[in-house]
Amino acid sequence: MADYNKPLPKITWETREFWEGCKRHELLIQRCKDCGTYRHYPRPICPNCSSWNVEWAKISGKGKVYTYIVAHRPFHPGFVDDAPYAVVVVELEDGVRLVSNIIDRKPEDIYIGMPVEVVFDDVTEGITLPRFRSA
Amino acid sequence: MEGFSLRDKAAIVGIGETEYSKNSGMSQLALLLQAATRAIEDAGLSAKDIDGVIPAMGVSSFEDIAVNLGTDDLKYAASILMGGASAVASLQSAAMAVATGIATNVLCLAGWNGYSAMRASALGNRVDTASLALSMTSMMTKLMEFEMPYGVFVPAQWYATMAMRHMHEYGTTSRQLGAVAVACRKHAQLNERAMMRGRPMTIEDHQNSMMIVTPFRLFDCCLESDGAAAVVVSSAERAAGRNHCPVYIMGVAEGHPVPVDHIAARADMFQIGLSYAAPRAFAMAGVTPRDIDVAEIYDCFTWTAICQLEALGFCKRGEGGPFVEGGRIELGGELPINTHGGLLSQAHVLGMNHIVEAVRQLRGDALAAQVKDAEIALVTGWGDMGDGSVAILRR
Repeated sequence: MADYNKPLPKITWETREFWEGCKRHELLIQRCKDCGTYRHYPRPICPNCSSWNVEWAKISGKGKVYTYIVAHRPFHPGFVDDAPYAVVVVELEDGVRLVSNIIDRKPEDIYIGMPVEVVFDDVTEGITLPRFRSA
Repeated sequence: MEGFSLRDKAAIVGIGETEYSKNSGMSQLALLLQAATRAIEDAGLSAKDIDGVIPAMGVSSFEDIAVNLGTDDLKYAASILMGGASAVASLQSAAMAVATGIATNVLCLAGWNGYSAMRASALGNRVDTASLALSMTSMMTKLMEFEMPYGVFVPAQWYATMAMRHMHEYGTTSRQLGAVAVACRKHAQLNERAMMRGRPMTIEDHQNSMMIVTPFRLFDCCLESDGAAAVVVSSAERAAGRNHCPVYIMGVAEGHPVPVDHIAARADMFQIGLSYAAPRAFAMAGVTPRDIDVAEIYDCFTWTAICQLEALGFCKRGEGGPFVEGGRIELGGELPINTHGGLLSQAHVLGMNHIVEAVRQLRGDALAAQVKDAEIALVTGWGDMGDGSVAILRR
């Protein structure tokens, strides 16, 4: 952990609860308390109805690969040992989409529509990243 | 203002470019000023005549430009922050300024030391230092928090997620992407200002080029260049009688996808900024895609050009792949695009070179790449997370 050399999220007022949920191994996504619309990225106001009323809903973390890419170059010093590596867009059952990685499949074994579920990767003392595995 | 239209109210009266290279040996500001002074001279104006300045994409400040031009009374200054969509969007802002009388002669400019100082492909290496001007946007902040930890750093990766989905939904192929690269490279052979002149490319060369980010191979990615380009926009009344015949802005619009800062979250990934902008620009111009003689399409990647051809209505959604095949987009084809070589084979100066080329085509000054009797040209921009801009120009 000490030598973790990939970029880490810089947590903000809007996003703190998302990352604190991850630390507890819970996937918390903002849901408007007035119109029920989920939103991610976290934002202060509901883009659907402009409400400030929001709750952090714990969601299942199950979904499917909506699209993905394979980076054949690292593009950052922290990913030199990873390349080629895949980055996926996961569409969760609740309709929310997250950019993440798949931990248990090589890039060539990932496909659009692949069922996945969230896992929590405690990358440092302070940060836990939600990633996915095949389901 | 009801019923007011910008159609034909403004014209591009001057164009200027620097040399395009991998090592300009000049500061970014000096490059911009060289392009600016050439555009002003081309317009038959002097630097003092410029009273509006719009630098694209935040690579320079209007202050730096105005103070060097010796502007006495700067009446309009704006910064357009839409990445690669900024250059064409700046035409809209300039047209508004001159059509309303707020300013008389507006300078729009873009450029950078995009190879020697700030390569887009090396964005990841600058994450913790500042990410330069790009980090100033909330879009970049979101990327740093939610995507960079997973290995997403560069524009090739942002747009590859869309291209993969397009291939999945519509069967678009790598060879079809390659057809865009081949067309641009072919046109670059005719252009002495193109960085890839003298280096022809076949579809096999494209297919054999190394994979950068699936599905983008090396030759799906645009160049990284040092250089700058600029145009001067004046009101239609003042445009007459200058050095060159005016190139009128018939229609112009910008558009932004929803949500604007997050590609992955879009219900429909192919409803891009241009999908909103194109109908507005065509309606303003009073023309349809069939009326366009030549199109300069923002080609940061081959696939983004295909996606834009669909959004513009040159073909239906999902048919962009087959559309670009068979020479249709090459000189002599039904819709020649990127007659200067584009970002893929001329140079990457944020698409201001696309505007310059469209003007050359309409002036009849495009030399070997001239589209015969070109009367109406279209030029687009694409930037950030899919912001779009489009201008329809006529001679």
